[in-house]
Amino acid sequence: MNAAVIVFPGINRERDMARTLRLVSGREPAMVWHAEAALPRGTDLVVIPGGFSYGDYLRCGAIAARSPVMDAVRAHAAAGALVLGVCNGFQILCEAGLLPGVLMRNAALKFICRDVYVRVERSDTPFTRGYNAGQVIRVPTAHGEGNYVADAAMVARLEGEGRVLFRYTAPDGACDPQWNVNGATNAIAGIVSERGNVLGLMPHPENHVEAALGCTDGRGLFAGLVDHFAAAEPDGR
Amino acid sequence: MKARVTVTLKSGILDPQGKAIEGALKSLGVAGVLSVRQGKVFDIELAGADPARAEAVLNAAAEKLLANMVIENYRIEMGG
Repeated sequence: MNAAVIVFPGINRERDMARTLRLVSGREPAMVWHAEAALPRGTDLVVIPGGFSYGDYLRCGAIAARSPVMDAVRAHAAAGALVLGVCNGFQILCEAGLLPGVLMRNAALKFICRDVYVRVERSDTPFTRGYNAGQVIRVPTAHGEGNYVADAAMVARLEGEGRVLFRYTAPDGACDPQWNVNGATNAIAGIVSERGNVLGLMPHPENHVEAALGCTDGRGLFAGLVDHFAAAEPDGR
Repeated sequence: MKARVTVTLKSGILDPQGKAIEGALKSLGVAGVLSVRQGKVFDIELAGADPARAEAVLNAAAEKLLANMVIENYRIEMGG
C-alpha cells in the first residue's frame, strides 16, 4: 500500500500518521506538502492528518481545503481511489466538498482530549474490514470542533445508505446521549462519501496501534486497508 | 473601493458560542437580552470603482471562501 500524507501549515499529526502507516503497512508513506500540484505516482491511499491547519483561521480546514494540492486529491477521489481524513482532515474534506456537512463547535464548548468509544457500524468497506460489524473500539480524540452537522435530508441519506461508519456510543455499543462527546447529530463520528471511497472521522485511530501505548484498537482500520490493497494486487503489497 | 461582507449562521443552526455569550451577558447584569448569535464581519478594499464588478467579486469571495454555504448566509454592503 502506497500512502501519501498531505501536510498543510499547522498540521501537527502527520508524524503520528506516518509512523502508523509505516508500522502497519511496512512501507514509508510519502509526505506531500500542500503546495505540490501532484501526488506521487502510484499513490493508493491519500491521508489528511489532524492538527490546526492555518490556525483554524476563518473556519477549521477552510483555507487548507482551497490549497493547490487539493485539486490532485479531488482527482484521486473522483477516480474512485481512497482518501482518509482524520480530525482536521475530516474538517478539510467537508470544506472541500468531498464529504457532506460540516464540523461545528462541540456542543458543550469544551475542547475534548480523551479516549472515546466508537461503534464500527459495518465491516464491508475497505476502511472497516479490519473490524467486526458492531465492534466497539476505544480511540483518542482531541478536538474543539467535532460536532457533525448536516441538514435533515442529508443525515437521512447518510443513515439510509449506510454511510455512517463510526458512531459515538457507550462502551457496550449502546446509543446514549451521555456518550456523545461533542453533541454530533446522531452521534456521528465518521462518514464516507457516496461512492464509499472517502472517509472522514474525528477520532485518531493512528494513535492506538501500539501495545506500549495501552490500546491497539485503531490498528484494524489501517490493517484492513493494507489487506484491501493486497487483495487488489497480490504481488504489489 | 470599500465594502463590508457580513457572514451569519443560518437560522436553525445551533450556535453554542452565541449561547455562551448570552449567558455571560446575563451574568454581567446586562438585562433584557433575549438571544445572541455570533457572526463575522470582513472589511474589504477592492481595486477599481465599478460597483457591479465589485459586487461580483464580493459574491465570489463570499461563496468560495468567506461563508460556508452549508451553514452560513452572507450580505454585502458597499462603501463605508
